[in-house]
Amino acid sequence: MSYVSSNRKPLLSRKATNDGHAEKSPYFDGWKAYDKDPFHPTQNPSGVIQMGLAEHQLCFDLVQEWLVSNPEASICTKKGVDKFRDIALFQDYHGLPAFRNAVAKFMGRVRGDKVKFDPDRIVMSGGATGAHEMITFCLADPGDAFLVPTPYYAGFDRDLCWRTEARLLPVVCHSSNNFKVTRKALEEAYAKAVEANISVKGLLLTNPSNPLGTILDRDTLREAMSFINEKNIHLICDEIYAATVFRQPDFISIAEIIEEDQEYNRNLVHIIYSLSKDMGFPGFRVGIVYSYNDAVVECGRKMSSFGLVSSQTQYLIASMLSDDQFIGKFLLESAGRLATRHTDFTDGLRQAGIKCLNGNAGLFLWMDLRGLLMDSTVEAEMALWQVIINDVKLNVSPGSSFHCSEPGWFRVCIANMNEETTKVALERIREFVLRNGNKPNRKEKCWQSDLRLRLSFRRMDEVLRSPCIMSPHSPIPQSPLVRTRT
Amino acid sequence: MEPASVRKHSLLSMIARNGGHGEHSPYFDGWKAYDRNPFHPTQNPDGVIQMGLAENQLSFDLIEEWIKNNPTASICTPDGVGKFKDVAIFQDYHGLPEFRQAIAKFMGRVRRGKVTFDPDRIVMSGGATGASETLIFCLADPGDAFLVPSPYYPAFDRDLRWRTGVRLIPFACDSTNNFQVTLAQMESAYAKAIEANINVKGVILTNPSNPLGINLSKETLTSLLSFTFEKNLHMVCDEIYSATVFKSPAFTSIAEVMQETECNPDLVHIIYSLSKDMGLPGFRVGIIYSYNDQVVNCARKMSSFGLVSSQSQHLLASMLSDEVFIEKFLEENSRRLGKRHSRVVEGLKQEGINCLEGNAGLFLWMDLRHLLKEPTPDAEMELWRVIIKDVKLNVSPGSSFHCPEPGFFRVCFANMDDHTVEVALQRIREFVSRGNKNGDDKKHWRKRDLRLSFTSRKCDESLISPRQIMSPHSPVPQSPLVRART
Repeated sequence: MSYVSSNRKPLLSRKATNDGHAEKSPYFDGWKAYDKDPFHPTQNPSGVIQMGLAEHQLCFDLVQEWLVSNPEASICTKKGVDKFRDIALFQDYHGLPAFRNAVAKFMGRVRGDKVKFDPDRIVMSGGATGAHEMITFCLADPGDAFLVPTPYYAGFDRDLCWRTEARLLPVVCHSSNNFKVTRKALEEAYAKAVEANISVKGLLLTNPSNPLGTILDRDTLREAMSFINEKNIHLICDEIYAATVFRQPDFISIAEIIEEDQEYNRNLVHIIYSLSKDMGFPGFRVGIVYSYNDAVVECGRKMSSFGLVSSQTQYLIASMLSDDQFIGKFLLESAGRLATRHTDFTDGLRQAGIKCLNGNAGLFLWMDLRGLLMDSTVEAEMALWQVIINDVKLNVSPGSSFHCSEPGWFRVCIANMNEETTKVALERIREFVLRNGNKPNRKEKCWQSDLRLRLSFRRMDEVLRSPCIMSPHSPIPQSPLVRTRT
Repeated sequence: MEPASVRKHSLLSMIARNGGHGEHSPYFDGWKAYDRNPFHPTQNPDGVIQMGLAENQLSFDLIEEWIKNNPTASICTPDGVGKFKDVAIFQDYHGLPEFRQAIAKFMGRVRRGKVTFDPDRIVMSGGATGASETLIFCLADPGDAFLVPSPYYPAFDRDLRWRTGVRLIPFACDSTNNFQVTLAQMESAYAKAIEANINVKGVILTNPSNPLGINLSKETLTSLLSFTFEKNLHMVCDEIYSATVFKSPAFTSIAEVMQETECNPDLVHIIYSLSKDMGLPGFRVGIIYSYNDQVVNCARKMSSFGLVSSQSQHLLASMLSDEVFIEKFLEENSRRLGKRHSRVVEGLKQEGINCLEGNAGLFLWMDLRHLLKEPTPDAEMELWRVIIKDVKLNVSPGSSFHCPEPGFFRVCFANMDDHTVEVALQRIREFVSRGNKNGDDKKHWRKRDLRLSFTSRKCDESLISPRQIMSPHSPVPQSPLVRART
């Protein structure tokens, strides 16, 4: 394979050969362990349990029941096939009006109908992944920067920076105040950027937060709005976990805050949405950019040609999300099941002496294992992580992969498995803590254990170069239809 | 170049402001006329007939029948809903294996078994639109250039250049040799570019050609491939119309030529889609097929920005693997396209209008040079306005395809039923006979009161509102379910 042409100019682009895809992050590494040895309750009960994938698998029974009762929602059923042609031909980047209407209504429902969304501001994109890239292309030039509070979703490095050549500047948050995003931290990060002559174009907030599983309170949101207005920079709010809030306090959307003061410059505010987490449909690639800025809606819509939602899927989603009764039941049930699952885990972990950040949203926990670290370093965190994967056989995600400034935190996904697997996972944690809890030199014992899986970054690089590597989105290179899921 | 002060204070990116979306091209203007006054056989028989949209609507009955007989292809039917969950959570950027296999097999069938395609080289994208852009992101840096024979598909200006920053260098093909692409032309264009110190990274060929509706001959492809090999340039072949060949000469893919000619596979890439061959533009099935491992790897990572909905992958995997169906479909589809093509060509010939002798595509390349006041782009635009306003047909002027010779128009014929074809031909008949009666044909157009102005400034104004403007992909801002299609 030649990377350089005979006249010494590179054959491929810089983007094709740099690491902007960000797959070298440990966020993606753990999947390999899972993939080599995936847990199955009967076929492979000692395999690795996947707890690194933020998926919402708890409510498919409700969706399936609805599908069977609503055959006209599909263009492939006897009832729906007469619509097949019109839908198959429809490639208008405005999207099916019914789809936009339904998504706008759904977004309002999820926010307790405290705000209304305008269907004409709904712009499609290739999942939230495509939405983030697209909004960045609209707002920033190469070299421009966005402030982003840490810890943050590892995929942002790729989504906002790779092809756009924009930059992310961390706004460091600390456990001392539960990782709150403070005005002080924002100002500091901004000032630092100005001093380094970096042009800051905006602030990116994820609310509810991935990986923390918490929501931003009203004061924080107001401070953020005031901050961006003062600096005249954009505010991008990733609200893709909005409907995963399962307990008080209620979710507050930036859409609410924007209505509180007529002085706010609406042209600066944009919301990223998706159905991947709230509904559990990541495969359908339903990404949404909702902007209060007309020119951004305009431009974004044109760009959406690069990643429209399949009209087949638009049609199905339009039907499903407009069923008020079903959606009401779904949202309630989803929150209830997430709450139960969350409690099962936090209780189980607490019994094992492990604390988590007090969260009320998301599909994961932010687990505090600082007490198990040899020392407070990233290396120690990585070493502990390797033990968790290798010995406890759980694929969790180390905090450093979310750019967390404090070593020892891990994100643990809890909504992508059934109850049986939940029990197995908790049991393994319990056993691990017991094995290592009462022994002298507990910490040394852990790290001296024979690490069968040596996850050096160099090997990961080699592995990741092969076109056979699994997607960071899913560890399963085979069709899920071949393999039974846990 | 904008002054620094403008750039600094601008809320949006340069990309968002530079008009690179290309919607100011007259290619998109005509839809406005259609949209204001769309033809309907009973409800609006005097409306504008849409002949500017390259859609394949001739074989939906076959697909609909297949869907009725194959309920497991859908995840929404009672027979298929058991797979809903697994498909809905599948977001692996490798794509469903059965989808990749089915596409690879289908591509081979379309090429009459002369080549086989490796499923592991199939990379998804957001339609051919997304495929073209992603491939360029992999191959070229901002400022690099690709040679492209003109006339060419107008949206290449957006797809290949807008967000990538890459340049297109057209080299003109003309009617003296039936618009054939010749090696001499390519060599000359290349030499000129090199002299101007432009970094040429490759060439883009569309085969079968849009807008010409002809194939590239094996000899031509061979000579062009050899040239790119010699100069170490990428060869990008857009083969999205490969199954629309309805008459000999049979289609020769670059994949076939590669087998018989010395070349560097790392330089060869194919763009594919199901939008034209199967008539399913709404499903956004774009494919990058590269013989370069690194490109496959990189493009696959980039495909996260525009994956095919797993729901659609699942449906199409099933459909395209049904060999009996596909065999029948390809044959019947070809036959119907051929029949429609003949009818329109014949109808035009009767009115003294010639077309380029075509054997593929969903359109004709119509020669109206004899109706031009003078052989200039302005005269072509004027004639075009008359065709839209008086003849009430939305056809696309050659200039929008960067055709250097005025007087040619692309006329789409596969997006309507037989009755509408006859209405269109009748209108042309009447128009020509009116013209003949008035004697001095050419002066006649000038005297017309052109109430419909197509100045680009007016277009800009109408393009500003996010509410009103139609997509360039479809003139229908409303749901097709609301309006009956012709």
